[in-house]
Amino acid sequence: MKITEKPLETERMVLNFGPHHPSTHGTLRIIMELDGETVVKATPEIGYLHSGFEKLGEDLDFNQYITITDRMNYLSPLCNNVAYALVAEKLMDIEVTKRTRYIRVLLSELSRIADHILNIGMLAVDLGALTSFLYGFRLREDIYDLFEMATGTRLTTSYTLVGGLMRDLPEGYGKEVNRVLVETDKVVNDIETLLNKNRIWQDRTKEIGVISKEDAISYGLSGPMARASGIDWDLRVKEPYSSYEDFDFDVVIALNGDVFDRYLVRTEEIRQSMKICRQALEKMPSGDVIIDPGLGYSLPPKDEVYNSIEGLIYHFEVTMPNRGMMPPVGEAYVPTESPNGELGFYLVSDGTRTPYRVRTRPPSLMNYSIFSKLIEGHMLSDAPAIIGSINVIAGELDR
Amino acid sequence: MPLAKTFSFIKDKFPESVYDVTESSGEQIFHIRSEVVRDVLEIFKEKGFNFLADITAIDNLTLGGFERYAVVYHLLSHDSLERVTVKAYVAEDKPSIPSVEKLWKTADWQEREIYDLFGITFDGHPNMVRIMNPDDFTGHPLRKDYPRLGNKERDDYPVIKPAFKRK
Amino acid sequence: MDQDYIKSNVLTTTLESAINWGRKHSLWPMPFGTACCGIEFMAVLASRTDLARFGAEAIRFSPRQSDLLIVAGRISIKMMPVLIRIYEQMPEPKWVISMGACASSGGVFDTYSVIQGIDRFIPVDVYVPGCPPRPEGVVDGLMKLQKKVGKEKLSDYTTSNTS
Repeated sequence: MKITEKPLETERMVLNFGPHHPSTHGTLRIIMELDGETVVKATPEIGYLHSGFEKLGEDLDFNQYITITDRMNYLSPLCNNVAYALVAEKLMDIEVTKRTRYIRVLLSELSRIADHILNIGMLAVDLGALTSFLYGFRLREDIYDLFEMATGTRLTTSYTLVGGLMRDLPEGYGKEVNRVLVETDKVVNDIETLLNKNRIWQDRTKEIGVISKEDAISYGLSGPMARASGIDWDLRVKEPYSSYEDFDFDVVIALNGDVFDRYLVRTEEIRQSMKICRQALEKMPSGDVIIDPGLGYSLPPKDEVYNSIEGLIYHFEVTMPNRGMMPPVGEAYVPTESPNGELGFYLVSDGTRTPYRVRTRPPSLMNYSIFSKLIEGHMLSDAPAIIGSINVIAGELDR
Repeated sequence: MPLAKTFSFIKDKFPESVYDVTESSGEQIFHIRSEVVRDVLEIFKEKGFNFLADITAIDNLTLGGFERYAVVYHLLSHDSLERVTVKAYVAEDKPSIPSVEKLWKTADWQEREIYDLFGITFDGHPNMVRIMNPDDFTGHPLRKDYPRLGNKERDDYPVIKPAFKRK
Repeated sequence: MDQDYIKSNVLTTTLESAINWGRKHSLWPMPFGTACCGIEFMAVLASRTDLARFGAEAIRFSPRQSDLLIVAGRISIKMMPVLIRIYEQMPEPKWVISMGACASSGGVFDTYSVIQGIDRFIPVDVYVPGCPPRPEGVVDGLMKLQKKVGKEKLSDYTTSNTS
């Protein structure tokens, strides 16, 4: 008997990777068309956390908006605070003290360590390895203790002011930071020992989600995603801000552009951040952290406000509705290197005490837009690996 | 400076479409009409500005300017480390501007966001639908005449009563 | 069952306390974390403050298998139908903890796109204030919920008590 081969009739299935799902970090929705297990087309849908940040910015003061910037990239809030303070200072043409710049560098690098370690932990959890998540969170609790010593809260810090910082670092801070850095070294070594040469990890992350150099520039990628594809671009070296030119560190680049390379770039960047933190503590200059409040731009320190009449007058000069900081008419844009990529704020001012337009350049939006191209041809179970390696944070994506 | 040469090259090629060249906080801003934006940005891309950092829009209702809306493009050159801002002005009665999605793929989602929040349509865009707000949302929130508290969209959902009254 | 059969009397108190003891020490949460409070909730589940000691061990992301919904983070107008659908899919008895300022009242965001408190649309049992609340605060909220569960009576779940 001859067995004739008839082609199998198949239909494509539409699967909804819904907004409430354990492995989409935050509120992301992807509508996938599947042919068996292979993804043929994927359409991401965003906007499930849109809160109107930019509309709020038009009603709040320049200093009040700093509390809103924490809620954008909530894994590393200090980087957002620093980025916004830099733009406001450039618009008003203010120069901050050297000690302020070094403290901002120290805290930004600690936030970078916290962000990368959480991202590595979540990528591992999505692929089934729970241990790195728990090690990473134990380290994050130590870093939260450091933030609490300096700023007062764990997560939504609001530490910088236009013209300086809210308060100076406490005594004994350097010793605590050095202790935490020793812990960080141990944790990163443990995680690398568990994951790097693991057969399952390599099978699930190598050759998955490869991004070429031309695609990376056309889609506007920056940060570890661009550096893992071979582009040598790090804003801390190319366009240094806040005294980064005084520090000595390496830029980490990988050549293949797949998920494994992005993971390696992030672990190595944690080590470079540790180097910068140690240098910042050794070279920390002494001095004030707030510029002279008599210029009318920054708030005076609180003990002067409560105990002397000049402090009280300056405080009211800055905060009352009809007086206070009147920035010049103009606009400014300052790009900074956040753990995700190029984060910048674009401020337009019309001379009144609230900005006319505040715009965030969200690195997560640009990084996530390449997802629909990356997943085509891969299997369904590669989707959590790719989303985890992009480090998309819903608060910044939707604003 | 290569930037000044590029400016004069473009001003010679499109003499009546360039409004002005200004500077603010150390950054050069290039003001043009909206019809020639795709050609002008293509010239910038050939001259080395290969990275489009950001596209956004401003509603000039109370600020004043050449037209009501301005679409702002921030360009960056990886080789010469220069940045430039290009502002294209869009009139109020017919808010539309050519899309630059063919030059840089990153313009896809950002132009959809500007359409959602400001109401400016982009000609030549493959998929011009809303991205941030729900599909049945009416109005364009970031315009200056839209109230911050909204038009009651956040109040009309069904109220679910608890199944059992607990004391 | 009708009200007359299950009156609160001495015969049912031991049964009630046994049922409530079982329910309150094995609340299975379903996290609905959207924003910054979601990260603090993950810290509650991690090793320093451990929610598993209170019986909330099984974090299932399926509404059909859980009885406690923890809404952590701001809810936007696009996400609200999703929340309502998930709430309706949970079987009785179910409780809701509203964690953080944004879920309880809209928080800092008084704009066109954020729901000003989920208790406008779904019934909430415990509110935990903070922006974001400390993990000890979330544990305190859970313990208050346990006390509330301990006071329930069998007559609460009869057909004459539906609202």
